[in-house]
Amino acid sequence: MSAENPITQSAVDSAVANALAAINDASDLAALKAARASSVGEQSEIAKLNGLVKNLPNEFKASAGQLIGKARAELNAAFAAREAELFAVEERAKLAAESVDVTSAAAPSRLGARHPLSLLQDQISDVFVGMGWEIAEGPEVESEWFNFDALNFDADHPARAMQDTFFVDPVESHLVLRTHTSPVQVRSMLERDLPIYVLCPGRVFRTDELDATHTPVFHQVEGLAVDKGLTMADLRGTLEHFARIMFGDDAQIRLRPSFFPFTEPSAELDVWHPGAKGGARWVEWGGCGMVNPNVLKAAGIDPEVYSGFAFGMGIERTLMFRNDVRDMHDMVESDVRFSEQFGVNL
Amino acid sequence: MRIPLSWLAEYVDLPADATPESVMADLVKVGLEEEGVHSFGVTGPVVVGQVLSFEPEPQSNGKTIRWCQVRVAADGTKAADGGADVRGIVCGASNFEVGDKVVVCLPGAVLPGDFKIAARSTYGHISDGMMASARELNLSDDHAGIIRLHTMGLDPKVGTDALELLHLTEQAAEVNVTPDRGYCFSIRGIARELSHATGADFRDPKSNAHIERAEGFPLTISDKAPIRDTACTQRVVLRVVKGIDPTKPTPPWMVARLKMAGMRSISLVVDITNYTMLELGQPTHAYDLDKFKGGMTIRRALPGETLKTLDGQERKLDLEDLVMADENGAVGLAGVMGGESTEVSDTTVNVLVEAAHFEPISIARSARRHKLTSEASKRFERGVDPRMADNAAARVVQLLEVHAMGAADSLGADYRAETQASPIWLPAEFATELVGVEYSADEITDILQQIGCVVASVEAGFEVIAPTWRPDITHKTDLVEEIARIGGYHRIPSRLPVAPPGRGLSTTQKRRRAIVNALAASGHVEVLTYPFLSSEANVWFSENKSRPVVKLANALQDDAAEMRTAILPGLIEAAKRNYSRGLTDLAIFEEGSVFEPISVIGTNPPLPVGNELPSSSALAALKATIPAQPKHLAVLFAGKRVADQVGLSSRSADFKDAIQAVRVAAHAVGVEPIVRQATPAGFHPGRTAEILVPTASGELSIGFAGELDPQLALDNNLPRRIAAVEINLDRLYTAAPNVVQASEIGTMPAATQDLSLVVDATLPAAELLNTITVGAGELLENVVLVDDYRGDNVEAGKKSLTFALRFRAADRTLTQAEASEARDAAVALANAKFGATLRA
Repeated sequence: MSAENPITQSAVDSAVANALAAINDASDLAALKAARASSVGEQSEIAKLNGLVKNLPNEFKASAGQLIGKARAELNAAFAAREAELFAVEERAKLAAESVDVTSAAAPSRLGARHPLSLLQDQISDVFVGMGWEIAEGPEVESEWFNFDALNFDADHPARAMQDTFFVDPVESHLVLRTHTSPVQVRSMLERDLPIYVLCPGRVFRTDELDATHTPVFHQVEGLAVDKGLTMADLRGTLEHFARIMFGDDAQIRLRPSFFPFTEPSAELDVWHPGAKGGARWVEWGGCGMVNPNVLKAAGIDPEVYSGFAFGMGIERTLMFRNDVRDMHDMVESDVRFSEQFGVNL
Repeated sequence: MRIPLSWLAEYVDLPADATPESVMADLVKVGLEEEGVHSFGVTGPVVVGQVLSFEPEPQSNGKTIRWCQVRVAADGTKAADGGADVRGIVCGASNFEVGDKVVVCLPGAVLPGDFKIAARSTYGHISDGMMASARELNLSDDHAGIIRLHTMGLDPKVGTDALELLHLTEQAAEVNVTPDRGYCFSIRGIARELSHATGADFRDPKSNAHIERAEGFPLTISDKAPIRDTACTQRVVLRVVKGIDPTKPTPPWMVARLKMAGMRSISLVVDITNYTMLELGQPTHAYDLDKFKGGMTIRRALPGETLKTLDGQERKLDLEDLVMADENGAVGLAGVMGGESTEVSDTTVNVLVEAAHFEPISIARSARRHKLTSEASKRFERGVDPRMADNAAARVVQLLEVHAMGAADSLGADYRAETQASPIWLPAEFATELVGVEYSADEITDILQQIGCVVASVEAGFEVIAPTWRPDITHKTDLVEEIARIGGYHRIPSRLPVAPPGRGLSTTQKRRRAIVNALAASGHVEVLTYPFLSSEANVWFSENKSRPVVKLANALQDDAAEMRTAILPGLIEAAKRNYSRGLTDLAIFEEGSVFEPISVIGTNPPLPVGNELPSSSALAALKATIPAQPKHLAVLFAGKRVADQVGLSSRSADFKDAIQAVRVAAHAVGVEPIVRQATPAGFHPGRTAEILVPTASGELSIGFAGELDPQLALDNNLPRRIAAVEINLDRLYTAAPNVVQASEIGTMPAATQDLSLVVDATLPAAELLNTITVGAGELLENVVLVDDYRGDNVEAGKKSLTFALRFRAADRTLTQAEASEARDAAVALANAKFGATLRA
């Protein structure tokens, strides 16, 4: 008998078309799941056609099987694609539902800050460490010998009185609150091997009442170099380099004759501050000079062999004109807003 | 030093357009510092007037004013302001007569304090000008009445410009003189310096007068040179001037110059001595000869001797004080201030003039001892030219003759013990070697001669004798400074020296930075407080309330006279200030020194001399006098650590934040701190931890973290819950590793287990945690306390602590059985030590 082959191309195409319609009609994953049985499941038209294959005459089995296999693969792929598509849409919708106002983001932890005076000392130290210098420190309650005598301040010289010194009780203890960081120079010369290139930052004290430009407790940074053959040219070169790092490439320095017991010759140091508020100008920055031979002698260094230079400047003053701090009160009153505006960098 | 310009111009040429500003700018070049400008501040039409008539008019307010007619210009001519020659002026003073010549400020004139003169309606008249007092013209403090010119020895024509007449056009520049340049406290010194700066010719005012021979006045120098074995004087000149006219006024030009130089006009004789001092830098003194008994002795004060100085103070003299004495006793504190007993007065007719040189140190000590800084002492302690006494005495005598009608007498005395300066050896190349500028031999010679040195050019250098007015020049380096400064600092070239390879920051410096940066990075704000505390605040955190402290002898405030032994009191003060400004959520910290003498500070041995290296034992002894100054870290929290925000509830700061801050600091230097319950002074007894660190020699206590004693907080107007930390960083550093040694990082899978143990409520969790760590052995990688539960299902007096444990083996995947075995070992140890039981 001649039998009809029910698995025709058109029957398969029709089954595929119906199944694809069902898949594409599903608008969400739940609907797609519901459409699974009728499109690709056991109850689907294509599954039913497949069920007929086993009863086909042998000569049709191969081509029918091929036809159905291809169709099923197409449908499975379409289903998977639709499923992925709908999944993505639903995920989007979920994320949309999670959205927040990012501009209202809370701060689960607070921001901290360094005090600019302490930070500035660190940053200046870094400049000199970068040049191979080292950082030296000393005590704040200091022997008068280190603070004065070893620095060529004669006990009866008016220069000693001009320092406005805090004395420790009893004054016969010969202890003072150091009036400058210069005693660290002497300590460095006594303790270190020659040649010496050190920077001494630190807190110092003078009996000035607090006002807009004075404070009894303030900070200095002082540099000392002792080597063979150092001249005032080395002093100028060092200060110029320092000034350019602090105030920009256009910064310059100017030396004016002055007097300090521990340097000879001595100079006042002005800096040309290109970024000064209100326009570039000369600003008094500090003092400097060649180390007085008497100071070298006090530290056991032969002034006929070695020479040295030293310089010093106020950290408060530097901060004032570099960062436009107008009033000394802000630096000493511990108002957190003052530190916070600088954060951790100047 | 204030420098009246007309005075300066007598001794150095000034450009025609010189101003105080231009003079200061020139002086800055040679090492003086600008201080400011002074002038009388009187401008506009101010003329000589003559009172033609006046009518006294009593007023309802009790005053009587005078309605005056004053001629201010010659008859029929216009006055200086363009107005009429006779003016009606209302005057409140009544010290004048018809016919008196007076100073009239016409409309348009401006007086000090921006007081503008204008015709104005007052007391029923139009007052068309003002007759001025001395104070109104800034001439003196005299405001008892208006100026009557004849009392000043003046009889100018009506209409004369009174600004010119009274030298009110004088202006002064003020410069700051450094302590090494005593000679710049004189017109002579400043004129010389200006000539160095501008190259203009200098005329030495010492040539104004020459000393005449005189003798016969008894003068005795009786001194054993008690101070540094130095003679008290090199030169004393005494001269007698007789028959002066005590009614003679000081000439207006002298008054104006003194005023602009910052000195008050007192009387002609005193003004002349001051004028001479300002001109030459040599202090001089005038005694009323008729009050001076016998001869002059210069000696040290006697035991119990007293002296009433010119400022009216009775002073107890010290045996070291140098005095001038007559036969009745001290008549002056040498070089500082004269005495009242021989003071010149408005009846003085015979004067003893003294010009002497005194050694600086003796004068400096007397001035300091008696807290009496005078114009004289200021100059002597900086060094006065020992060769200037002759010229100064001569100048005073000359001015007394010219202006006071006195006559130089043949009576006088001279004492000479002048020392000769020895030459300073200046090697030819030394200036170039020190300054870095090429100086020729000619230039060196020229500069040194300019400043007054005697220069002998010898082989390979110079022999230089410094001028007598430069006692600061004693060493070849001092000469180099002069060469550099007169040659100009602008010539110094620039060269960057190369330091030997450095070692970077020291370990301690790196640690400090790591700590302060870590604290800043974790939400703490660095502050810097003053280290001065009251004695009360300084023991808030001390167990020993009578521990020795560093106390200041001259504190700015009595209630802040001690150096801190802890930083926290300063942070409490800082917190108060922030609170008062509405900043109530605080996390502040400070790193710095505290001051801990081991014993009470007393008298220490005298200091070694400066300028030479002390012996090593002397240095060691010196260093031993300096109190210990360890570095501390303090942290203070107030208010909320986390603020109320969208989606986040606030959290108040408490002991946890304090302990966490310690962990942040300790971890920054590689140390795991040990936390132990404690009750230190100043802290909350139940909410405070002692912090310890493990060191080679055992656990070392470094401080405390927790909450402040609520009463202390309340006493300081702070909320009762304040969290705080105070630790000793030097001690922390002893536990810090120089190099952090790494542990192997296991990559095998971990096994985690939770463990709840019931223990006595009083058992510190840390002890249980440590025991679990030990008990669980090396498979335990991490353990965290996650809960402390008390209540239902846990017996009263007990607590249930839950830990999360993470186990890992280095070489294999752990089985649950292995992890459980390790956990059970931990439980067993906890049970054995503390009776801990697994929570049911």
